[in-house]
Amino acid sequence: MDVLAMLIPAALFLGLLGLAAFLWALKSGQFDDLDGAAERILFDDDDDVPPVATPPRNAP
Amino acid sequence: MADISASGPTGTLGQDVPDIPDTYVRVLEDGGSVVNFVVDGVHCGGCVKRVERAVNGLEGVSNGRLNLSTKRLTVVFEQALVRPREIVAAVVVAGYSARPYDPKPLETQQARDEKELITCMGVAGFAAANVMLLSVSVWAGHSGGMEAATRDMFHWISGLIAMPAIAYSGRPFFRSAVRALRVGTMNMDVPISLAVLLATAMSLAETIAGAKHVYFDASIMLLFFLLIGRTLDMKMRGRAALAAQNLLALRADAATIIDADGVARAMPVDSLKPDMIVAVATGQRIAADGVVEDGHSDLDTSLITGETAPVAVAPGDEVFAGTLNMSGPLRVRVTKGDEDTLLSEIVRLMEAAEQGRDTFVRIADRAARVYAPAVHILATATFIGWMLLGGLAWDGSLKTAIAVLIITCPCALGLAVPVVHVVASGRLLSRGVLLKSSDALERLAEVDTLVFDKTGTLTHGRLELDRSTVDEAALDKAAMLARASTHPLSRALAQTAGPGATADDVSEHPGQGLMGTIDGVFARLGSADFVGGVDGAAADATGPEIWFRLGDAAPVRFGFSDGLRDDAAAIVEWAKARDMAVVLLSGDRAATVDAVAREAGIDDFAGGLLPQDKIARLETLAADGAKVLMVGDGLNDAPALAAAHVSMSPASGADVSQAAADLVFQGQELAPVTVALDVAQGSQRLVLENFGLSLAYNAIAVPIAVAGYVTPLIAAIAMSSSSILVTANALRLRFGRMGLPDTRGPSGNDEEMR
Repeated sequence: MDVLAMLIPAALFLGLLGLAAFLWALKSGQFDDLDGAAERILFDDDDDVPPVATPPRNAP
Repeated sequence: MADISASGPTGTLGQDVPDIPDTYVRVLEDGGSVVNFVVDGVHCGGCVKRVERAVNGLEGVSNGRLNLSTKRLTVVFEQALVRPREIVAAVVVAGYSARPYDPKPLETQQARDEKELITCMGVAGFAAANVMLLSVSVWAGHSGGMEAATRDMFHWISGLIAMPAIAYSGRPFFRSAVRALRVGTMNMDVPISLAVLLATAMSLAETIAGAKHVYFDASIMLLFFLLIGRTLDMKMRGRAALAAQNLLALRADAATIIDADGVARAMPVDSLKPDMIVAVATGQRIAADGVVEDGHSDLDTSLITGETAPVAVAPGDEVFAGTLNMSGPLRVRVTKGDEDTLLSEIVRLMEAAEQGRDTFVRIADRAARVYAPAVHILATATFIGWMLLGGLAWDGSLKTAIAVLIITCPCALGLAVPVVHVVASGRLLSRGVLLKSSDALERLAEVDTLVFDKTGTLTHGRLELDRSTVDEAALDKAAMLARASTHPLSRALAQTAGPGATADDVSEHPGQGLMGTIDGVFARLGSADFVGGVDGAAADATGPEIWFRLGDAAPVRFGFSDGLRDDAAAIVEWAKARDMAVVLLSGDRAATVDAVAREAGIDDFAGGLLPQDKIARLETLAADGAKVLMVGDGLNDAPALAAAHVSMSPASGADVSQAAADLVFQGQELAPVTVALDVAQGSQRLVLENFGLSLAYNAIAVPIAVAGYVTPLIAAIAMSSSSILVTANALRLRFGRMGLPDTRGPSGNDEEMR
């Protein structure tokens, strides 16, 4: 049963890690625009945050 | 896509954008500034990209991000380098329109509530998973010979995870239960809170006593399932609230006023006073009701009247707030302050109508009214019964009574409605129907009368050249003039003619017409008066028209009509086959309404109605017991949409009516109306089935609980299996045939609408 002393904290730690990741994602606005997120993945320019003052390319 | 950029304002228009009042700009701690806009017309990733690229391309803008779900653009910028109006201009040049808005405190409250629920759900989910991990070991240990010391340790760990998690994630339920009890009423949250708290307290006592069974897993799992249902419900309501706020932004536009000493300056619309002079640029909406002082133009009044044809205005004409100035700059003397404009009047009518509808009680609440007292009586009866008749001590009786509370807790009931509604709204969304209020499906399922508006609803809301009356040679010549103009009638004419050359020396006379030279011959295109020489008898009164005259030749008339949507007649037939009454109510002229009604096969129709008249008609119908589905698109329909039992608006309609409607549909067809009705009826069936399933589950589980045979294992199995059953049943709406038989619709087209 000694193994429990390791496994239970390990399980709890992993669970807490997941919870922390979820709360961070929630707080940083990852769930604010679910429709937009689905579209943004298809954009060619690979940036999560729009670039600062890049000159615009010609509109399609 | 293409038609948006084509119909959008031209590049020069960006310079006409008025200043944005500073009240919309918020200064950040690091010196940057933030301004928020609602952007019209974005509906895909491509739009997002174009708007963001335009905004981020400006010097001084450090971050511009458009939220596709809310249609809101947030821009961080340097006040010294760029003005907010230049940001709007950039969006306009990209082919969209942007209105500043002030993120209201109300909205942050809504967002906070939603975030709190999701956070609670995350915490409860984490705790439920871990506690269940331990509980499964304990249950296995019952037969596998787990030592009492190990079991107690597992119980303690479960308790240490569960109790803080319950205290944290149960708050939404506890708060609502306390609120209900304080005013002496009962809601679903009272039995939930009671069951969770009692089960936790009892489990703690049992853990301290080293007993065999504890219920930590049951109470945290219960919270987790219920929070899922609550969050889904909240998401659906949030969408509705959002649309209403975007509507407020529509009114909170800025206006440019001209001082007594001739200086132009921007001010918020709500501080406009009578007798101020407002400058209205081309492509801008008029901010207040007033009288034209100076300038000629055409106004798009479809927002107010639902009329498709543009109206020419000249000095002395009365104009209304919300109408779009299309062809020339105007100066308007304000006659009514913001509070008294026609637009405000309509919004007021709408709010009044909405209040009348508040009496609708959602099916889940109706169930709760019966369920909550029944559960409490049952638990109390179990306690007293065991004490007096069963011969148990008070603690044994209490344990059994708590077991009854846990087992009857409306886990499945809490999920029964939201899960079905979420699946249904997903299904509707894939067919281009956006569900805006969460109880709309329930109301939609009861509908027995369809009421249509004409312009933009039964018809396309877009003028098309009446080809039968036109001779081709004249069309080609006229199109050469028409191509030079953005006037809707010119555009419709040019579109019919196809691409080609443009006339020389074209000049536009706002509100009147165009003139230019074709092959050296002077030509005019415009109103009958403008081209001249129109024989009075030939001037046909029905429908919008323009005249073309080449040199001194006889003028040629081009008539325009607003075509019926392709499947309008089929929809009417479909509804009649289902014994639904179909009514057409329009603000348009009676003759036009008569023709459209005849074509669509509607027998009951009325024309020339004001917004109040439409409401009156709906009230008469409601008084006769009819459950009305109102379908309309114009601002003039908005109050009627709010007053009807349930309402739909096409996505091409005015923002206000989209905000007032319960559902918004996309596409060129009316088929989504039948889809929505079918899905609503299907989901109502499923909700009732789910209630049936929950009751059947209780019929089996409650006697076991009352008899005192429930263990935490049985409770966990019963709870999760009933929840899974209910969810699986709801998913039939997506995967199964429910709600499908007629979704092909009369058009026979099962493709996605988008």
